[in-house]
Parts: sequence; C-alpha cells; structure tokens
Amino acid sequence: MGLVQRGAELAMSTGLIDEELRKDLSEQGVIATTLQEIYNWGRRNSLWPLQFGLACCAIEMIAAAAARYDLARFGGEVFRPSPRQADLMIVAGTVTKKMAPQVVRLYNQMPDPKYVIAMGACAISGGPFKEGYNVLKGIDRYIPVDIYIPGCPPRPEAFLHGFMELQRKIDHQKLTGPGKAAFLNAESPSEFPVPAFGAHDLEPSSNLAVFHPPKIERA
Amino acid sequence: METIEQIASRILSAIPEAKVTVIGNAAVPGQASILLGHGCAVNVARFLRDDAALRLDYCSNVTGLDWLDRVVKTTTKTMQLVDGVEKEAAVTTEESLPGYLEAVYILYSMSLKHGPVILRLRTADRLAETRVPSLTPVWKSAEFQEREAYDLFGIHFDGHPDLRRILMWDEFTDYPMRKDYRQPDDYEYEPTPHDEIVAKAARHAATAAQPFPEA
Repeated sequence: MGLVQRGAELAMSTGLIDEELRKDLSEQGVIATTLQEIYNWGRRNSLWPLQFGLACCAIEMIAAAAARYDLARFGGEVFRPSPRQADLMIVAGTVTKKMAPQVVRLYNQMPDPKYVIAMGACAISGGPFKEGYNVLKGIDRYIPVDIYIPGCPPRPEAFLHGFMELQRKIDHQKLTGPGKAAFLNAESPSEFPVPAFGAHDLEPSSNLAVFHPPKIERA
Repeated sequence: METIEQIASRILSAIPEAKVTVIGNAAVPGQASILLGHGCAVNVARFLRDDAALRLDYCSNVTGLDWLDRVVKTTTKTMQLVDGVEKEAAVTTEESLPGYLEAVYILYSMSLKHGPVILRLRTADRLAETRVPSLTPVWKSAEFQEREAYDLFGIHFDGHPDLRRILMWDEFTDYPMRKDYRQPDDYEYEPTPHDEIVAKAARHAATAAQPFPEA
C-alpha cells in the first residue's frame, strides 16, 4: 500500500491526521490540511488595518508600513480608510477622553472578525499622561484588546513583532468546538457601548464587561 | 524698543483715562509687564498695535493664570532698644490678598522686529466675576487662545466672537487648569500602593458607583 493511500485512509477513518504522516505527505507534494487551517492562514495573511493614527505612535506605524520595514511582507499593507473594510484596529497613540467615543464607535462599525492592537504606553494605560484630566487610562477600558505593544513609541520592529503575535493568535483560533473563536459565538458581543460625554468625565468611566484590572495579591 | 515704563507713560499720554500699572518681575529675566484696566483695554491694545514706534502687530501667545487667595508675609528688621542694649528685632506683617484669574498676552512686532511686550488682564475674583474684555477684535490670532483660556481656566472674554470650549467637550463643566481642580474619582489598581494612593483607594471603594473588584 502506498504512503498516500495509507494516509488518506487513516485521515478518513479517524477524522484527524497524524502530524508525522502529514509531514511525510507534504514532502512528497501532497498537502493535507483542514478547513480551519486554510481559513486562518488566509485571514492572518491579509489583515487589513483601519487607517487612522492618534499621536506619535502613528508615525512609527507609518514607518512600519512603508518601504524600509515593509508591513506588506506580513500581508498587512492594505490600510483601509473605512471601518467597514477593516479587520484590525491599531490604536496608535494617546486616546483623549474627547476621542474615546469615536474610537469605540469605529470599532463597533468594523465587521467581525476584528482585532485590536494597543500600540504604545498611552493606548495601553494612558502612559506619561495617565493622571491628566483629558487622557483615557487605556483603550481596554472600553474595547477588548488582543495585543499590547509597549514602548513610547514602540519601534517598527516591536510593532512587527506585535503584528506577528496577532497572526500567531489568529492561527490558533478554532472554528468549531467548545473553545471556538469569540467572533463565531453568536452570544459574545461584537459591539460595545459608546461612552457619553459627562459633566466631569466620560460616562461610564470604564466598561466593566470588558475591563478587568489585574488582581494584585498583597501580603 | 522703549522700556516698559516709557510705553506705559506713552499709553497714558495718548489715552488719559486708561488704567495702566507696570508690574515688575524680581526673577532673573526681569520681564516686566503692563496690567490694564478693563474699560480701556481694547483702546490701549489698539494703540499698541497702531502706534508708529511700537507696531505690536503680532499676538504670539495668550495664556491664563490662576492665583488663589493668598497671605503674603513681609518681615522687616528694625533696631530696638532692649535693656539699654540695641538689638535687632523682626516685625512680621501679614496681608491677605484675594484670588483672581489673569489673562496674559505676549505681543511682538513683526514689522519693527522687536518685543515682547506683555499685557495682563485680571478678573475681579475667581468664582463669580470672571470677566475680562476680549482682545480678539484687535489681534485675530487671540481668538482660539482666548477660547483655550476660557476652556481651561474659566476666564470669560467679553466681546469674543465665538466663546466656546475648544479642547474639552461642550458638556464638560469644570476648568481643569485651575489650581483647585480635582479629578473625577477613577482610581484603578496600583502595583505599589502607598500613603496617598491607599487613601484614594479606600475613598473609591466607599463612594464609587462601580468599584473595581479589588483584590
């Protein structure tokens, strides 16, 4: 019995394919794959970011997209000026309290599956402006963030690393079963409440359905 | 360029009813400034802009200042005769000054290439009477910066064509650059809590509408 035939029979009988066998097969020019892999491979290699920048981090994001660092090597060069065509929101820079509702609204307008990168200290936590009267203490107070890239601003290499980490995350998303990706779950929300301008602060000042401040064990 | 005292006396000779005070500066740069009364401020500004020797045609900066109520202590040393021996004794007098807001204009001349000349306008107090005349009719470049001073300090400029908030949102009611401004309570976790932060966390847990699930 030939190797290819044996592999096909095994895959059909168990529904799964042995990793060693698959490697052997691919060396002989036969690609055995799953729908999930093809699907994730396609998505991770054509991430279309939403084209907007909020502060100096955007300059590094632009540098990463331009010829020297060349985000196109990873399939992320198609910056879309419309949220309806974007998969990835790169929050690059300081989110002021005046800007935060617009950022959340843009996120809500993006179709699923969608991902968020918080780029730089300000987008993560407010950074050097954390106690300022008009700076949001991190965009993760209102929308779920997939990748945090620290730095002030992060260099393009750091940005590319964050981008590749996101691709790795997409690669491991499941299409079926109990651990399937959140965007395939009809119950998990894809839109989040847009905060309102209040007399003293944004209302609410954070969305506790999204924002989980880390618990700290104190002796 | 003329000295600030010369400018002040020329203002008075051109506009006799003007209220002009020269405010000295004890710091190293010694940058003196002119305090204007409200009634004549626009006329004085127009004089400074149009006078042939000054031509202060460029208002580069408008900013605000917040002066809280303060007590100024002055100590004077006098010689006193105690038990037939002359000794030095210090006499301290206290003077309480009410607070006010101040708008500061920094002027240059583009055509004569000199400056700066600094103008000050003071409000009567910090809370109720916070009005000063706007100088936007004289220098158009003051428009947005007066809006900023209004937004952050709460100085109301009479005669401003479009006095709205410029940085904060319209629904905002505070003036965040005032010295007595307190931020809304949005405490979050601190990795290394210490004195003030611990008290803040306790206040937050007691009063906040949605306290964080603190460990």
